[in-house]
Amino acid sequence: MDIKFSGFGGQGIIKSGMIIGKAASLYDNLHATLTQSFGPEARGSACSAALVVDESPVLYPYIVTPHILVSMSQEAYEKFSDELAPGGTLLIDADLVQMEAPRNDVSIFSTPATRIAEEMGNRLFSNVVMMGFFTAITKVVRPESVKKALSGLIPERFMEKNIEAFDRGYDYGLEVLEQADDGIAAETDAREK
Amino acid sequence: MKADPLGVATGSHYMDGDHACAEGAIAAGCRYLAGYPITPSTEVAERIAVRFPKVGGMFIQMEDELASMAAVVGATWTGVKAMTVTSGPGFSLMMENIGLAAMMETPCVVVNVQRGGPSTGLPTLAAQADMMQARWGSHGDYEIIALSPNSPQECFDLTITAFNLAEQWRVPVMFMMDECVGHMSEKVDIPAADEITLTARKFYKGKKANYKPYKFNGQAKLAPMVKAGDGYRIHVTGLTHDERGYPLIDAETQARNVYHLVNKIRNNAEKICLFEEDQVADAEVVVISYGISSRVALKAVEQAREDGLKVGMLRLIVVWPFPEQRIKQLAKQVKSFVVPEINLGQISLEVERNAAGQAQTILVPHPGGWVHDPDDILKAIKEGAA
Repeated sequence: MDIKFSGFGGQGIIKSGMIIGKAASLYDNLHATLTQSFGPEARGSACSAALVVDESPVLYPYIVTPHILVSMSQEAYEKFSDELAPGGTLLIDADLVQMEAPRNDVSIFSTPATRIAEEMGNRLFSNVVMMGFFTAITKVVRPESVKKALSGLIPERFMEKNIEAFDRGYDYGLEVLEQADDGIAAETDAREK
Repeated sequence: MKADPLGVATGSHYMDGDHACAEGAIAAGCRYLAGYPITPSTEVAERIAVRFPKVGGMFIQMEDELASMAAVVGATWTGVKAMTVTSGPGFSLMMENIGLAAMMETPCVVVNVQRGGPSTGLPTLAAQADMMQARWGSHGDYEIIALSPNSPQECFDLTITAFNLAEQWRVPVMFMMDECVGHMSEKVDIPAADEITLTARKFYKGKKANYKPYKFNGQAKLAPMVKAGDGYRIHVTGLTHDERGYPLIDAETQARNVYHLVNKIRNNAEKICLFEEDQVADAEVVVISYGISSRVALKAVEQAREDGLKVGMLRLIVVWPFPEQRIKQLAKQVKSFVVPEINLGQISLEVERNAAGQAQTILVPHPGGWVHDPDDILKAIKEGAA
Protein backbone atom coordinates (compact mmCIF):
# COMPACT_ATOMS: atom_id res chain seq x y z
CA MET A 1 0.00 0.00 0.00
CA ASP A 2 1.58 3.28 -1.14
CA ILE A 3 0.46 6.29 0.85
CA LYS A 4 1.29 9.94 0.33
CA PHE A 5 0.66 12.55 3.02
CA SER A 6 0.70 16.11 1.72
CA GLY A 7 0.05 19.62 2.94
CA PHE A 8 2.17 22.66 3.68
CA GLY A 9 5.27 22.87 5.85
CA GLY A 10 4.35 23.24 9.54
CA GLN A 11 1.14 21.18 9.47
CA GLY A 12 2.90 18.08 10.75
CA ILE A 13 2.76 16.22 7.45
CA ILE A 14 6.10 14.43 7.91
CA LYS A 15 5.11 13.68 11.50
CA SER A 16 1.91 12.06 10.21
CA GLY A 17 4.02 9.72 8.10
CA MET A 18 6.19 8.93 11.12
CA ILE A 19 3.13 8.18 13.27
CA ILE A 20 1.46 5.85 10.77
CA GLY A 21 4.78 4.23 9.81
CA LYS A 22 5.63 3.60 13.45
CA ALA A 23 2.15 2.22 14.15
CA ALA A 24 2.39 -0.16 11.20
CA SER A 25 5.91 -1.44 11.76
CA LEU A 26 6.11 -1.51 15.55
CA TYR A 27 2.57 -2.47 16.56
CA ASP A 28 0.82 -3.99 13.52
CA ASN A 29 3.55 -6.38 12.39
CA LEU A 30 3.87 -4.74 8.98
CA HIS A 31 6.85 -3.31 7.10
CA ALA A 32 6.74 0.46 6.64
CA THR A 33 9.26 2.65 4.86
CA LEU A 34 8.94 6.43 5.05
CA THR A 35 10.67 8.87 2.76
CA GLN A 36 10.12 12.60 2.64
CA SER A 37 10.62 15.38 0.17
CA PHE A 38 13.37 17.86 0.98
CA GLY A 39 14.22 21.17 -0.64
CA PRO A 40 12.26 24.38 -1.04
CA GLU A 41 8.96 22.56 -0.49
CA ALA A 42 10.03 21.75 3.06
CA ARG A 43 9.92 25.44 3.91
CA GLY A 44 6.31 26.58 3.73
CA SER A 45 4.81 25.50 0.44
CA ALA A 46 3.62 22.02 -0.57
CA CYS A 47 5.40 19.24 1.27
CA SER A 48 4.88 15.52 1.30
CA ALA A 49 5.84 12.29 3.02
CA ALA A 50 5.63 8.95 1.26
CA LEU A 51 4.94 5.78 3.20
CA VAL A 52 5.09 2.28 1.75
CA VAL A 53 3.31 -0.27 3.95
CA ASP A 54 3.57 -3.95 3.10
CA GLU A 55 3.38 -7.42 4.61
CA SER A 56 6.82 -8.25 3.19
CA PRO A 57 9.99 -6.13 3.42
CA VAL A 58 9.84 -2.97 1.32
CA LEU A 59 12.44 -3.01 -1.46
CA TYR A 60 11.65 0.07 -3.57
CA PRO A 61 11.42 2.99 -1.13
CA TYR A 62 9.75 5.67 -3.23
CA ILE A 63 6.18 6.15 -4.43
CA VAL A 64 5.22 6.93 -8.00
CA THR A 65 1.44 6.31 -7.96
CA PRO A 66 0.04 6.36 -4.42
CA HIS A 67 -3.01 4.25 -3.57
CA ILE A 68 -3.95 6.68 -0.83
CA LEU A 69 -3.39 10.43 -0.94
CA VAL A 70 -3.95 12.70 2.04
CA SER A 71 -4.07 16.39 1.10
CA MET A 72 -4.27 19.07 3.74
CA SER A 73 -3.73 22.11 1.52
CA GLN A 74 -4.93 23.38 -1.84
CA GLU A 75 -1.43 23.55 -3.26
CA ALA A 76 -0.64 19.99 -2.19
CA TYR A 77 -3.93 18.76 -3.63
CA GLU A 78 -3.24 20.44 -6.96
CA LYS A 79 0.33 19.20 -7.04
CA PHE A 80 -0.30 15.56 -6.14
CA SER A 81 -3.91 14.58 -6.94
CA ASP A 82 -3.09 13.55 -10.51
CA GLU A 83 -0.58 11.02 -9.19
CA LEU A 84 -3.22 9.05 -7.31
CA ALA A 85 -3.79 5.59 -8.77
CA PRO A 86 -7.17 4.95 -10.42
CA GLY A 87 -9.40 3.32 -7.82
CA GLY A 88 -7.36 4.97 -5.09
CA THR A 89 -8.52 6.89 -2.04
CA LEU A 90 -8.25 10.64 -1.59
CA LEU A 91 -8.60 12.18 1.86
CA ILE A 92 -8.84 15.96 2.10
CA ASP A 93 -9.32 18.68 4.64
CA ALA A 94 -12.81 19.89 3.74
CA ASP A 95 -12.10 23.57 4.44
CA LEU A 96 -8.61 23.83 3.01
CA VAL A 97 -9.09 21.99 -0.27
CA GLN A 98 -11.57 23.08 -2.95
CA MET A 99 -11.94 20.63 -5.80
CA GLU A 100 -13.00 22.25 -9.06
CA ALA A 101 -13.17 19.06 -11.06
CA PRO A 102 -12.88 16.13 -8.68
CA ARG A 103 -11.60 12.88 -10.19
CA ASN A 104 -14.38 10.39 -10.69
CA ASP A 105 -12.09 7.33 -10.72
CA VAL A 106 -11.10 7.59 -7.05
CA SER A 107 -12.96 7.49 -3.73
CA ILE A 108 -12.97 10.88 -2.05
CA PHE A 109 -13.51 11.46 1.66
CA SER A 110 -13.32 14.80 3.39
CA THR A 111 -13.20 15.97 6.97
CA PRO A 112 -12.87 19.46 8.46
CA ALA A 113 -9.71 18.41 10.33
CA THR A 114 -8.39 21.92 10.86
CA ARG A 115 -11.79 23.24 12.01
CA ILE A 116 -12.13 20.37 14.49
CA ALA A 117 -8.62 21.11 15.79
CA GLU A 118 -9.48 24.79 16.15
CA GLU A 119 -12.61 23.83 18.10
CA MET A 120 -10.30 21.92 20.41
CA GLY A 121 -8.27 25.08 20.92
CA ASN A 122 -5.29 24.64 18.61
CA ARG A 123 -5.00 24.03 14.90
CA LEU A 124 -1.74 22.16 15.55
CA PHE A 125 -3.89 19.10 16.30
CA SER A 126 -5.21 19.08 12.74
CA ASN A 127 -2.78 16.44 11.49
CA VAL A 128 -3.72 14.07 14.31
CA VAL A 129 -7.44 14.63 13.59
CA MET A 130 -6.61 13.71 10.01
CA MET A 131 -4.71 10.61 11.21
CA GLY A 132 -7.83 9.52 13.07
CA PHE A 133 -9.93 10.06 9.95
CA PHE A 134 -7.29 8.26 7.85
CA THR A 135 -7.28 5.29 10.22
CA ALA A 136 -11.07 4.95 10.19
CA ILE A 137 -11.40 5.23 6.41
CA THR A 138 -8.38 3.24 5.19
CA LYS A 139 -7.92 0.66 7.97
CA VAL A 140 -4.23 0.40 7.03
CA VAL A 141 -3.36 0.42 10.74
CA ARG A 142 -5.35 -0.24 13.90
CA PRO A 143 -6.49 2.80 15.93
CA GLU A 144 -4.90 1.49 19.13
CA SER A 145 -1.58 1.15 17.28
CA VAL A 146 -1.67 4.78 16.18
CA LYS A 147 -2.39 5.93 19.72
CA LYS A 148 0.56 3.90 20.97
CA ALA A 149 2.74 5.35 18.21
CA LEU A 150 2.01 8.92 19.36
CA SER A 151 4.13 8.34 22.43
CA GLY A 152 7.62 9.66 21.82
CA LEU A 153 6.60 11.57 18.70
CA ILE A 154 4.61 14.29 20.44
CA PRO A 155 5.29 15.97 23.79
CA GLU A 156 3.81 13.98 26.70
CA ARG A 157 1.99 17.03 28.07
CA PHE A 158 -0.10 17.24 24.90
CA MET A 159 -0.82 13.51 24.78
CA GLU A 160 -4.34 13.68 26.16
CA LYS A 161 -5.36 16.39 23.69
CA ASN A 162 -3.82 14.46 20.81
CA ILE A 163 -5.64 11.27 21.75
CA GLU A 164 -8.84 13.31 21.81
CA ALA A 165 -7.97 14.81 18.40
CA PHE A 166 -7.36 11.33 17.04
CA ASP A 167 -10.64 10.02 18.42
CA ARG A 168 -12.61 12.93 16.96
CA GLY A 169 -11.10 12.32 13.54
CA TYR A 170 -11.65 8.59 13.87
CA ASP A 171 -15.30 8.94 14.90
CA TYR A 172 -15.88 11.41 12.09
CA GLY A 173 -14.46 8.83 9.71
CA LEU A 174 -16.75 6.09 11.01
CA GLU A 175 -19.76 8.36 10.54
CA VAL A 176 -18.73 9.23 7.02
CA LEU A 177 -18.38 5.54 6.24
CA GLU A 178 -21.86 4.83 7.58
CA GLN A 179 -23.36 7.63 5.53
CA ALA A 180 -21.44 6.72 2.42
CA ASP A 181 -23.50 5.46 -0.45
CA ASP A 182 -23.78 1.74 -1.10
CA GLY A 183 -21.15 1.72 -3.81
CA ILE A 184 -18.43 3.14 -1.61
CA ALA A 185 -19.50 1.04 1.37
CA ALA A 186 -19.24 -2.11 -0.71
CA GLU A 187 -15.82 -1.10 -1.97
CA THR A 188 -14.58 -0.46 1.56
CA ASP A 189 -15.88 -3.84 2.67
CA ALA A 190 -14.02 -5.49 -0.15
CA ARG A 191 -10.81 -3.78 0.92
CA GLU A 192 -11.31 -4.94 4.49
CA LYS A 193 -11.55 -8.53 3.36
CA MET B 1 33.94 -6.99 25.23
CA LYS B 2 30.25 -6.09 25.45
CA ALA B 3 28.67 -2.69 24.86
CA ASP B 4 28.15 -0.28 27.76
CA PRO B 5 24.41 -0.37 28.58
CA LEU B 6 24.52 3.39 29.18
CA GLY B 7 24.91 4.02 25.46
CA VAL B 8 22.54 1.39 24.10
CA ALA B 9 18.94 2.48 23.37
CA THR B 10 17.61 -1.08 23.60
CA GLY B 11 14.17 -1.58 22.05
CA SER B 12 12.24 -1.21 18.81
CA HIS B 13 12.34 2.21 17.19
CA TYR B 14 11.00 3.87 14.09
CA MET B 15 13.86 6.04 12.94
CA ASP B 16 15.80 7.16 9.90
CA GLY B 17 19.19 5.88 8.82
CA ASP B 18 21.05 8.96 10.04
CA HIS B 19 19.66 8.58 13.56
CA ALA B 20 20.27 4.83 13.48
CA CYS B 21 23.90 5.45 12.52
CA ALA B 22 24.23 7.80 15.49
CA GLU B 23 22.78 5.16 17.83
CA GLY B 24 25.12 2.54 16.33
CA ALA B 25 28.12 4.76 16.98
CA ILE B 26 27.12 5.38 20.59
CA ALA B 27 26.47 1.66 21.13
CA ALA B 28 29.88 0.92 19.58
CA GLY B 29 31.50 3.04 22.27
CA CYS B 30 32.20 6.13 20.17
CA ARG B 31 32.59 9.06 22.55
CA TYR B 32 33.99 11.78 20.33
CA LEU B 33 32.59 13.37 17.20
CA ALA B 34 34.11 16.33 15.43
CA GLY B 35 32.19 17.49 12.41
CA TYR B 36 30.80 20.26 10.29
CA PRO B 37 27.11 20.14 9.35
CA ILE B 38 26.23 19.18 5.80
CA THR B 39 23.05 17.84 4.22
CA PRO B 40 22.13 14.97 4.17
CA SER B 41 24.34 13.88 7.07
CA THR B 42 23.52 16.56 9.65
CA GLU B 43 20.96 14.44 11.53
CA VAL B 44 23.71 12.04 12.58
CA ALA B 45 25.61 14.83 14.31
CA GLU B 46 22.40 16.37 15.67
CA ARG B 47 21.40 13.18 17.43
CA ILE B 48 24.92 12.59 18.72
CA ALA B 49 25.07 16.18 20.03
CA VAL B 50 21.94 15.50 22.08
CA ARG B 51 22.92 12.01 23.23
CA PHE B 52 26.63 12.42 23.99
CA PRO B 53 26.30 14.52 27.17
CA LYS B 54 24.25 11.68 28.70
CA VAL B 55 26.95 9.07 28.01
CA GLY B 56 30.06 11.11 28.69
CA GLY B 57 30.92 11.80 25.07
CA MET B 58 32.07 15.00 23.43
CA PHE B 59 30.65 16.54 20.28
CA ILE B 60 32.42 19.50 18.76
CA GLN B 61 31.34 21.48 15.74
CA MET B 62 34.57 22.39 14.02
CA GLU B 63 35.32 25.28 11.68
CA ASP B 64 35.45 22.99 8.67
CA GLU B 65 35.98 19.43 7.51
CA LEU B 66 39.78 19.59 7.40
CA ALA B 67 39.83 20.42 11.09
CA SER B 68 37.09 17.86 11.83
CA MET B 69 39.12 14.98 10.47
CA ALA B 70 42.30 16.24 12.13
CA ALA B 71 40.48 16.43 15.47
CA VAL B 72 39.24 12.86 15.05
CA VAL B 73 42.79 11.61 14.48
CA GLY B 74 44.04 13.52 17.52
CA ALA B 75 41.17 12.38 19.73
CA THR B 76 41.75 8.75 18.80
CA TRP B 77 45.33 8.99 20.05
CA THR B 78 44.02 10.04 23.46
CA GLY B 79 42.33 6.65 23.69
CA VAL B 80 38.73 7.31 22.68
CA LYS B 81 36.78 5.89 19.77
CA ALA B 82 36.10 8.79 17.44
CA MET B 83 34.22 9.54 14.27
CA THR B 84 33.27 12.28 11.88
CA VAL B 85 30.20 12.63 9.68
CA THR B 86 29.92 14.37 6.34
CA SER B 87 28.72 14.26 2.75
CA GLY B 88 30.51 14.59 -0.61
CA PRO B 89 31.93 18.13 -0.48
CA GLY B 90 33.07 17.62 3.11
CA PHE B 91 34.44 14.19 2.27
CA SER B 92 36.66 15.81 -0.35
CA LEU B 93 37.99 18.27 2.23
CA MET B 94 38.71 15.43 4.66
CA MET B 95 40.88 13.52 2.23
CA GLU B 96 44.23 14.91 3.37
CA ASN B 97 43.65 13.90 6.97
CA ILE B 98 42.09 10.58 6.04
CA GLY B 99 45.50 9.89 4.49
CA LEU B 100 47.07 11.00 7.77
CA ALA B 101 44.84 8.57 9.67
CA ALA B 102 45.83 5.77 7.29
CA MET B 103 49.53 6.63 7.57
CA MET B 104 49.42 6.87 11.39
CA GLU B 105 47.29 3.69 11.55
CA THR B 106 44.62 5.51 13.50
CA PRO B 107 41.38 3.59 14.03
CA CYS B 108 38.37 5.84 13.38
CA VAL B 109 35.15 5.97 11.41
CA VAL B 110 34.26 8.46 8.68
CA VAL B 111 30.57 8.53 7.80
CA ASN B 112 29.74 9.80 4.32
CA VAL B 113 26.02 10.14 3.61
CA GLN B 114 26.44 10.36 -0.15
CA ARG B 115 24.59 12.94 -2.24
CA GLY B 116 24.82 13.78 -5.92
CA GLY B 117 28.02 15.42 -7.15
CA PRO B 118 30.51 16.51 -8.38
CA SER B 119 31.06 19.63 -6.28
CA THR B 120 27.94 20.91 -4.48
CA GLY B 121 25.77 18.77 -6.76
CA LEU B 122 22.48 17.59 -5.26
CA PRO B 123 22.50 18.39 -1.53
CA THR B 124 19.19 16.68 -0.79
CA LEU B 125 19.26 13.74 -3.19
CA ALA B 126 20.95 10.37 -3.26
CA ALA B 127 24.02 9.10 -5.11
CA GLN B 128 26.69 6.43 -4.70
CA ALA B 129 29.37 8.23 -6.62
CA ASP B 130 32.00 8.54 -3.87
CA MET B 131 32.89 4.85 -3.80
CA MET B 132 36.23 5.21 -5.59
CA GLN B 133 37.06 8.34 -3.61
CA ALA B 134 36.45 6.36 -0.42
CA ARG B 135 39.08 3.89 -1.52
CA TRP B 136 41.87 6.11 -2.75
CA GLY B 137 40.77 9.73 -2.41
CA SER B 138 43.87 10.73 -0.49
CA HIS B 139 47.29 10.73 -2.15
CA GLY B 140 49.79 7.92 -1.87
CA ASP B 141 49.38 4.17 -1.49
CA TYR B 142 47.15 2.91 1.28
CA GLU B 143 44.12 0.72 1.82
CA ILE B 144 41.03 1.38 3.90
CA ILE B 145 37.86 -0.52 4.71
CA ALA B 146 34.46 0.70 3.47
CA LEU B 147 30.95 -0.51 4.29
CA SER B 148 27.62 0.21 2.64
CA PRO B 149 24.34 -0.19 4.59
CA ASN B 150 21.02 -0.62 2.77
CA SER B 151 18.52 0.13 5.55
CA PRO B 152 18.21 2.09 8.80
CA GLN B 153 18.63 -1.24 10.65
CA GLU B 154 21.97 -1.75 8.91
CA CYS B 155 22.95 1.85 9.63
CA PHE B 156 22.80 0.78 13.28
CA ASP B 157 24.30 -2.70 12.96
CA LEU B 158 27.07 -1.88 10.52
CA THR B 159 28.21 1.29 12.29
CA ILE B 160 29.15 -1.05 15.13
CA THR B 161 30.91 -3.33 12.64
CA ALA B 162 32.74 -0.29 11.25
CA PHE B 163 34.12 0.62 14.67
CA ASN B 164 35.09 -3.00 15.32
CA LEU B 165 36.93 -3.27 12.01
CA ALA B 166 38.66 0.07 12.64
CA GLU B 167 40.04 -1.22 15.95
CA GLN B 168 40.94 -4.65 14.61
CA TRP B 169 42.90 -3.30 11.65
CA ARG B 170 43.99 0.10 12.99
CA VAL B 171 42.58 1.78 9.95
CA PRO B 172 40.10 4.54 9.12
CA VAL B 173 36.82 2.92 8.07
CA MET B 174 34.56 4.67 5.56
CA PHE B 175 30.86 4.25 6.30
CA MET B 176 29.28 4.86 2.91
CA MET B 177 25.61 5.62 3.40
CA ASP B 178 23.52 7.51 0.85
CA GLU B 179 20.82 10.17 1.15
CA CYS B 180 18.02 7.68 0.55
CA VAL B 181 19.07 5.30 3.32
CA GLY B 182 20.02 8.21 5.58
CA HIS B 183 16.66 9.95 5.35
CA MET B 184 14.49 6.83 5.14
CA SER B 185 12.61 5.79 8.29
CA GLU B 186 12.01 2.14 9.11
CA LYS B 187 11.86 -0.12 12.12
CA VAL B 188 15.20 -0.41 13.89
CA ASP B 189 15.68 -3.06 16.56
CA ILE B 190 18.41 -2.22 19.02
CA PRO B 191 19.47 -5.27 21.03
CA ALA B 192 20.44 -5.41 24.68
CA ALA B 193 23.95 -4.18 25.46
CA ASP B 194 25.16 -7.68 26.35
CA GLU B 195 24.20 -8.88 22.87
CA ILE B 196 26.51 -6.33 21.22
CA THR B 197 30.11 -7.47 20.90
CA LEU B 198 32.74 -4.77 20.57
CA THR B 199 36.38 -4.98 19.60
CA ALA B 200 38.34 -3.27 22.34
CA ARG B 201 41.41 -1.27 21.44
CA LYS B 202 44.65 -3.08 22.29
CA PHE B 203 46.70 -0.94 24.63
CA TYR B 204 50.38 -1.58 25.37
CA LYS B 205 51.15 -2.63 28.92
CA GLY B 206 54.91 -3.35 28.94
CA LYS B 207 57.95 -1.24 29.80
CA LYS B 208 57.73 2.31 28.55
CA ALA B 209 61.19 2.24 27.03
CA ASN B 210 60.38 -0.77 24.87
CA TYR B 211 57.19 0.56 23.30
CA LYS B 212 56.89 0.90 19.56
CA PRO B 213 53.64 2.22 18.06
CA TYR B 214 54.02 0.20 14.85
CA LYS B 215 54.80 -3.32 13.74
CA PHE B 216 55.45 -3.50 10.01
CA ASN B 217 54.55 -7.06 9.13
CA GLY B 218 51.58 -6.59 6.81
CA GLN B 219 49.80 -9.09 9.00
CA ALA B 220 46.79 -9.28 11.23
CA LYS B 221 48.87 -8.86 14.36
CA LEU B 222 49.27 -5.11 14.76
CA ALA B 223 51.12 -3.11 17.39
CA PRO B 224 49.06 -2.07 20.41
CA MET B 225 48.45 1.65 20.95
CA VAL B 226 49.04 3.96 23.91
CA LYS B 227 47.17 7.03 25.09
CA ALA B 228 48.57 10.52 24.84
CA GLY B 229 49.13 11.74 28.37
CA ASP B 230 50.04 8.36 29.81
CA GLY B 231 53.72 9.22 29.78
CA TYR B 232 54.93 7.40 26.69
CA ARG B 233 57.44 9.39 24.69
CA ILE B 234 56.27 8.49 21.26
CA HIS B 235 56.15 10.17 17.93
CA VAL B 236 53.53 9.66 15.26
CA THR B 237 53.70 11.44 11.95
CA GLY B 238 52.46 11.64 8.40
CA LEU B 239 56.04 11.35 7.21
CA THR B 240 57.40 7.96 6.23
CA HIS B 241 58.45 6.42 9.52
CA ASP B 242 59.98 3.40 11.22
CA GLU B 243 58.32 1.20 13.82
CA ARG B 244 59.18 3.70 16.54
CA GLY B 245 57.18 6.28 14.59
CA TYR B 246 60.24 8.39 13.76
CA PRO B 247 60.59 9.88 10.29
CA LEU B 248 63.09 8.18 8.04
CA ILE B 249 63.17 9.56 4.56
CA ASP B 250 64.55 6.78 2.43
CA ALA B 251 63.32 4.21 -0.06
CA GLU B 252 63.88 1.26 2.24
CA THR B 253 61.72 2.64 5.07
CA GLN B 254 59.11 3.77 2.56
CA ALA B 255 58.88 0.19 1.29
CA ARG B 256 58.46 -1.28 4.77
CA ASN B 257 55.98 1.38 5.84
CA VAL B 258 53.79 1.44 2.76
CA TYR B 259 53.81 -2.30 2.04
CA HIS B 260 52.59 -2.75 5.59
CA LEU B 261 49.74 -0.23 5.25
CA VAL B 262 48.57 -1.89 2.07
CA ASN B 263 49.24 -5.53 2.89
CA LYS B 264 47.56 -5.58 6.29
CA ILE B 265 44.32 -5.09 4.37
CA ARG B 266 45.11 -6.84 1.06
CA ASN B 267 46.55 -9.98 2.66
CA ASN B 268 43.53 -10.23 4.93
CA ALA B 269 40.88 -9.20 2.45
CA GLU B 270 39.09 -12.52 2.62
CA LYS B 271 38.73 -12.14 6.40
CA ILE B 272 37.43 -8.57 6.12
CA CYS B 273 35.10 -8.99 3.13
CA LEU B 274 31.43 -9.25 3.96
CA PHE B 275 28.77 -9.99 1.37
CA GLU B 276 25.40 -11.65 1.12
CA GLU B 277 24.43 -14.10 -1.62
CA ASP B 278 21.00 -15.19 -2.75
CA GLN B 279 20.38 -18.04 -5.19
CA VAL B 280 23.77 -17.84 -6.91
CA ALA B 281 24.33 -21.64 -6.97
CA ASP B 282 22.76 -22.22 -10.38
CA ALA B 283 22.61 -18.62 -11.54
CA GLU B 284 23.45 -17.64 -15.10
CA VAL B 285 23.32 -13.97 -14.23
CA VAL B 286 24.44 -12.51 -10.91
CA VAL B 287 23.40 -8.99 -9.95
CA ILE B 288 26.05 -7.29 -7.82
CA SER B 289 24.95 -4.25 -5.88
CA TYR B 290 25.24 -2.39 -2.58
CA GLY B 291 23.47 0.21 -0.46
CA ILE B 292 20.04 1.39 -1.55
CA SER B 293 20.63 0.09 -5.10
CA SER B 294 20.72 -3.46 -3.76
CA ARG B 295 17.10 -3.19 -2.61
CA VAL B 296 15.87 -1.84 -5.90
CA ALA B 297 17.97 -4.51 -7.66
CA LEU B 298 16.34 -7.25 -5.60
CA LYS B 299 12.95 -6.10 -6.84
CA ALA B 300 14.20 -6.58 -10.41
CA VAL B 301 15.76 -9.94 -9.50
CA GLU B 302 12.45 -11.18 -8.09
CA GLN B 303 10.67 -10.14 -11.27
CA ALA B 304 13.33 -11.85 -13.42
CA ARG B 305 12.92 -15.07 -11.45
CA GLU B 306 9.17 -14.91 -11.98
CA ASP B 307 9.95 -14.63 -15.67
CA GLY B 308 11.90 -17.89 -15.37
CA LEU B 309 15.45 -16.54 -15.48
CA LYS B 310 18.23 -18.02 -13.37
CA VAL B 311 19.36 -14.91 -11.52
CA GLY B 312 21.39 -14.66 -8.35
CA MET B 313 22.20 -11.69 -6.21
CA LEU B 314 25.42 -10.74 -4.47
CA ARG B 315 25.17 -7.77 -2.13
CA LEU B 316 28.39 -6.11 -1.03
CA ILE B 317 28.25 -5.13 2.63
CA VAL B 318 31.96 -4.45 2.92
CA VAL B 319 32.76 -2.84 -0.43
CA TRP B 320 36.49 -2.25 0.21
CA PRO B 321 38.38 -4.53 0.27
CA PHE B 322 36.56 -6.00 -2.71
CA PRO B 323 35.74 -9.75 -2.72
CA GLU B 324 38.05 -10.47 -5.66
CA GLN B 325 38.32 -14.23 -5.12
CA ARG B 326 34.56 -14.70 -5.04
CA ILE B 327 34.02 -12.69 -8.21
CA LYS B 328 36.78 -14.67 -9.97
CA GLN B 329 35.06 -17.92 -8.96
CA LEU B 330 31.63 -16.75 -10.06
CA ALA B 331 33.01 -15.49 -13.37
CA LYS B 332 33.73 -19.11 -14.31
CA GLN B 333 30.13 -20.06 -13.64
CA VAL B 334 27.94 -17.21 -14.87
CA LYS B 335 27.31 -15.66 -18.24
CA SER B 336 27.03 -12.13 -16.93
CA PHE B 337 27.28 -9.82 -13.99
CA VAL B 338 24.80 -6.95 -13.81
CA VAL B 339 25.95 -4.03 -11.67
CA PRO B 340 23.39 -1.32 -10.81
CA GLU B 341 24.92 1.60 -8.94
CA ILE B 342 24.03 5.27 -8.57
CA ASN B 343 27.09 6.48 -10.44
CA LEU B 344 28.35 6.12 -13.96
CA GLY B 345 30.51 3.07 -13.30
CA GLN B 346 32.75 2.56 -10.25
CA ILE B 347 32.27 -0.82 -8.59
CA SER B 348 31.36 -2.25 -12.01
CA LEU B 349 34.98 -1.61 -13.03
CA GLU B 350 36.16 -3.83 -10.17
CA VAL B 351 33.69 -6.52 -11.19
CA GLU B 352 34.83 -6.31 -14.80
CA ARG B 353 38.51 -6.44 -13.81
CA ASN B 354 38.01 -9.54 -11.71
CA ALA B 355 35.73 -11.20 -14.24
CA ALA B 356 38.74 -10.84 -16.55
CA GLY B 357 36.80 -11.56 -19.70
CA GLN B 358 35.33 -14.83 -18.43
CA ALA B 359 31.92 -13.30 -17.89
CA GLN B 360 30.31 -10.21 -19.30
CA THR B 361 29.86 -7.19 -17.00
CA ILE B 362 26.82 -4.99 -17.62
CA LEU B 363 26.73 -1.67 -15.80
CA VAL B 364 23.33 -0.18 -15.02
CA PRO B 365 24.34 3.42 -14.36
CA HIS B 366 22.35 6.18 -12.71
CA PRO B 367 23.68 9.74 -12.41
CA GLY B 368 22.03 10.36 -9.03
CA GLY B 369 19.02 12.23 -7.65
CA TRP B 370 16.82 9.14 -7.48
CA VAL B 371 17.16 5.37 -7.35
CA HIS B 372 17.01 3.08 -10.39
CA ASP B 373 13.83 2.15 -12.14
CA PRO B 374 13.71 -1.62 -11.44
CA ASP B 375 12.72 -2.10 -15.10
CA ASP B 376 16.12 -0.80 -16.23
CA ILE B 377 17.82 -3.44 -14.07
CA LEU B 378 15.43 -6.11 -15.34
CA LYS B 379 16.29 -5.17 -18.91
CA ALA B 380 20.00 -5.58 -18.15
CA ILE B 381 19.36 -8.96 -16.51
CA LYS B 382 17.54 -10.13 -19.65
CA GLU B 383 20.38 -8.82 -21.80
CA GLY B 384 22.83 -10.68 -19.59
CA ALA B 385 20.90 -13.94 -19.79
CA ALA B 386 20.50 -13.84 -23.58
